[in-house]
Amino acid sequence: MLFDKLKEIIMDQLEVEEDEINMDSSFQDDLDADSLDVVELIMAIEDEFDIEIPDEDAEKISTVKDAIDYIEKNQ
Amino acid sequence: MKKRVVVTGIGIISPVGIGKDNFWSSIKEGKSGIGPITRFDTEGFPTKVAGEVKDFNVTDYIDKKEAKRMDRFTHYAVAASKLAVEDSKLDLENINNDKFGVILGSGIGGLETFEEQHEKLLNKGPRRVSPFFIPMMIGNMAAGQVSIMLGAKGANETIVTACASSTNAIGDSFKIIQRGDAEIIVTGGAEASITPMAVAGFSSMKAMSTNNDNPGKASRPFDKNRDGFVMGEGAGILVLEDLEHALKRGAHIYAEVVGYGMSSDAYHMTAPADNGEGAFRAMEMAVNDADINPSDVDYINAHGTSTELNDKFETAAIKDLFKDHAYKLKVSSTKSMTGHLLGAAGGIEGCICALSIDNSFIPPTINYETKDENCDLDYVPNKGVNQDVNYAISNSLGFGGHNASILLKKYTA
Repeated sequence: MLFDKLKEIIMDQLEVEEDEINMDSSFQDDLDADSLDVVELIMAIEDEFDIEIPDEDAEKISTVKDAIDYIEKNQ
Repeated sequence: MKKRVVVTGIGIISPVGIGKDNFWSSIKEGKSGIGPITRFDTEGFPTKVAGEVKDFNVTDYIDKKEAKRMDRFTHYAVAASKLAVEDSKLDLENINNDKFGVILGSGIGGLETFEEQHEKLLNKGPRRVSPFFIPMMIGNMAAGQVSIMLGAKGANETIVTACASSTNAIGDSFKIIQRGDAEIIVTGGAEASITPMAVAGFSSMKAMSTNNDNPGKASRPFDKNRDGFVMGEGAGILVLEDLEHALKRGAHIYAEVVGYGMSSDAYHMTAPADNGEGAFRAMEMAVNDADINPSDVDYINAHGTSTELNDKFETAAIKDLFKDHAYKLKVSSTKSMTGHLLGAAGGIEGCICALSIDNSFIPPTINYETKDENCDLDYVPNKGVNQDVNYAISNSLGFGGHNASILLKKYTA
């Protein structure tokens, strides 16, 4: 499932526990990421789901739900 | 009035041990930390040996997420700084942070990160280069991260003078505390350049030993059969402190820093000036700064890289400055055991001088077997000696013609 796969990436990139992550989690506000962490997270999502996320779209992805919506629409 | 400056803490990550006690017992025993390179495949490399840090677990010192955002040289710097502060028994909650500084040296910075990310650029394109690439690689980031970890809000800078970096860092820290601009400075340096590019580059300069069959014997400073330096890695960190501040909190004082000298060869990119005249001037300046006679010096921890020219010219410089006393004082190169930590060399060697004074023990130059007619001093061959040390000099000489010497003294009230 997409959410599970994404959770794995987030856990690996941001060094957070699985139970800290839910659909509404904001990377920066809830998961202790800074702006550089988010850039790296986006790169990992691009690699994993084999998509390209232009910078202007990436700027709008701030929560887990944002990421899932984007992947579903563009995969 | 000038403040007096003392060494109150020591932290070490090195090829011969982690932590002051492990490190010092290896140095006393004359143990070699050199072995085959395991970090990368050395197929095709002329040099296949180095002094790698073993059994280092970064998460013992740094949170995993933070550690991922740091190059290896910063791991070593942060770990050794934490060990040094712990050793100093400073209570970081009760100091003036504005007068708490961090001044480190590194010759190259985050080279491993550079190589990894360059490979990404070539294989996956520019959009896959990590946003952490720059902040991980830049050479000043160790001092930056150490200040973050310790809350040190005072003087903070990084000195880059190749293999003299850490000695310059210690010397500059000494002067900053001496003039009253800081009370405590965490200083020394870190290096982690056992990487394909660094080993290949130094090999092409014909600067490195190719004694691959006998790693433990490869680093042999002042020996006639020396054939180049052996790379080491790690960090050597000292806590320097205003004497009054140290006395007020009852700190253990390893030694007092009393002299600093530096000079430039203004001669050649990599070759030392004839007869080590630049090294001579750095040592002379340190002796004058301390306002002592050359004959007061008991021990010199030499730069002693195990290259043909360095060891010959450093010996000549010592003879020019110390005259007859050159044959009476003891000179050793602990690089025979640790390898050459490049920009961090002065850090661990500064620690060694402080430990030598504190423990009344002069460490050996190991692997010394055959006398070279150009190197005819007492290099403390193969076995250290128990001896009182009142004054010790640590020399560091770097590519670019940078020469730096610090002079430490046994502390007396």
